[in-house]
Amino acid sequence: MTIQDIALRFSEQNSYEGATFDVQIIPGEVEVLQIIVGELEEVPVYLSITDSQILCIAYLWDENEVDQEKRSDMLETMLSMNIPMPLSSFARIGDKYAIFGALAVTSGFDDVAHEVIVLSENTVEALSALEEFLV
Amino acid sequence: MNVFKKIMTAVRGGAREAGEAIVDANAIRILEQEIKDAENHMEKAKRDLTDVMAKQMQAERELRRNNDSISEHEGYAIKALDKGDEALALEVAEKIATLESEKHEQQEVVTSFASHSTRLKELVRKSERLIKDHQRQLSMVKTTESVQKATAAITDNFAATNSKMSSAKESLERIKKRQVNFEDRLKAAEALEEETSDKGLQDKLKAAGIGEQDASAQSVLARLKSKS
Repeated sequence: MTIQDIALRFSEQNSYEGATFDVQIIPGEVEVLQIIVGELEEVPVYLSITDSQILCIAYLWDENEVDQEKRSDMLETMLSMNIPMPLSSFARIGDKYAIFGALAVTSGFDDVAHEVIVLSENTVEALSALEEFLV
Repeated sequence: MNVFKKIMTAVRGGAREAGEAIVDANAIRILEQEIKDAENHMEKAKRDLTDVMAKQMQAERELRRNNDSISEHEGYAIKALDKGDEALALEVAEKIATLESEKHEQQEVVTSFASHSTRLKELVRKSERLIKDHQRQLSMVKTTESVQKATAAITDNFAATNSKMSSAKESLERIKKRQVNFEDRLKAAEALEEETSDKGLQDKLKAAGIGEQDASAQSVLARLKSKS
């Protein structure tokens, strides 16, 4: 599946597992698909495809939003929550904290749609639960 | 090359120049070349293996034929002895001796092909493992670079549309507000539902002749009669 295939499938879906989608392709050296699940426009999921994986990423916050005194606690909490959190893991890209899920390139649309929905829900829950570590 | 460690060093280095590679291009070329070499080795080993296995099967067939021939001649020798023809029996025995020495040689050939094919199978397996391992390392480099480029595309897009990524707290605030709104709407809908179901109950009571009843011509007439 290419980014275009996935974009098309998402736009054709009226609802999947009760969720609706708003998709947009962001051009660049690496094409990225922005997916907004339902009304959660604050936490878009960004999907990109590499040779071996389909990556779904949602950004949480920047390093400068972290209460530096609680930083180490926050990191430990994130590390401990990685396994309980379904299908997604915490990550850091440059100075941005993120949640991501990786799928095999051979995954079907249903796997991708499920991943995107769960990722979006995990992101809202993580924002809410980890708010105490932010300034 | 330990790619994991190289990427680790690169990302720990913090902010990087745009377009700067995570792992230098030369190292990637070497890795790609190693994959290509291993693939070539594996292809050659597979071709050799097919060849050796075919030859091994052929040698095994010859060995079986030889064994059959030995049994057959042993039968002849016994029959010749039974008839008391010692000379003929000796002649057959000589033939058996030749066949047995051939059998010995064939057995060696079969064993040698078998061990050769075992070695080749091991080589194919090891090459395959090496290719997969190199591909995994290459994929780490490519994924890291792809994510950096994707992040750049997302950031550029924000800049191009003159919007900025809102802070996590602002986002959360908006999400919470919307959730409260949604809950309020849900409560309002529930209240409405209750009212409607209350109306439904009154309808049922009315149907059963309990409570307030609609004015009918009969009841109006009865009222008028009582007044007259």
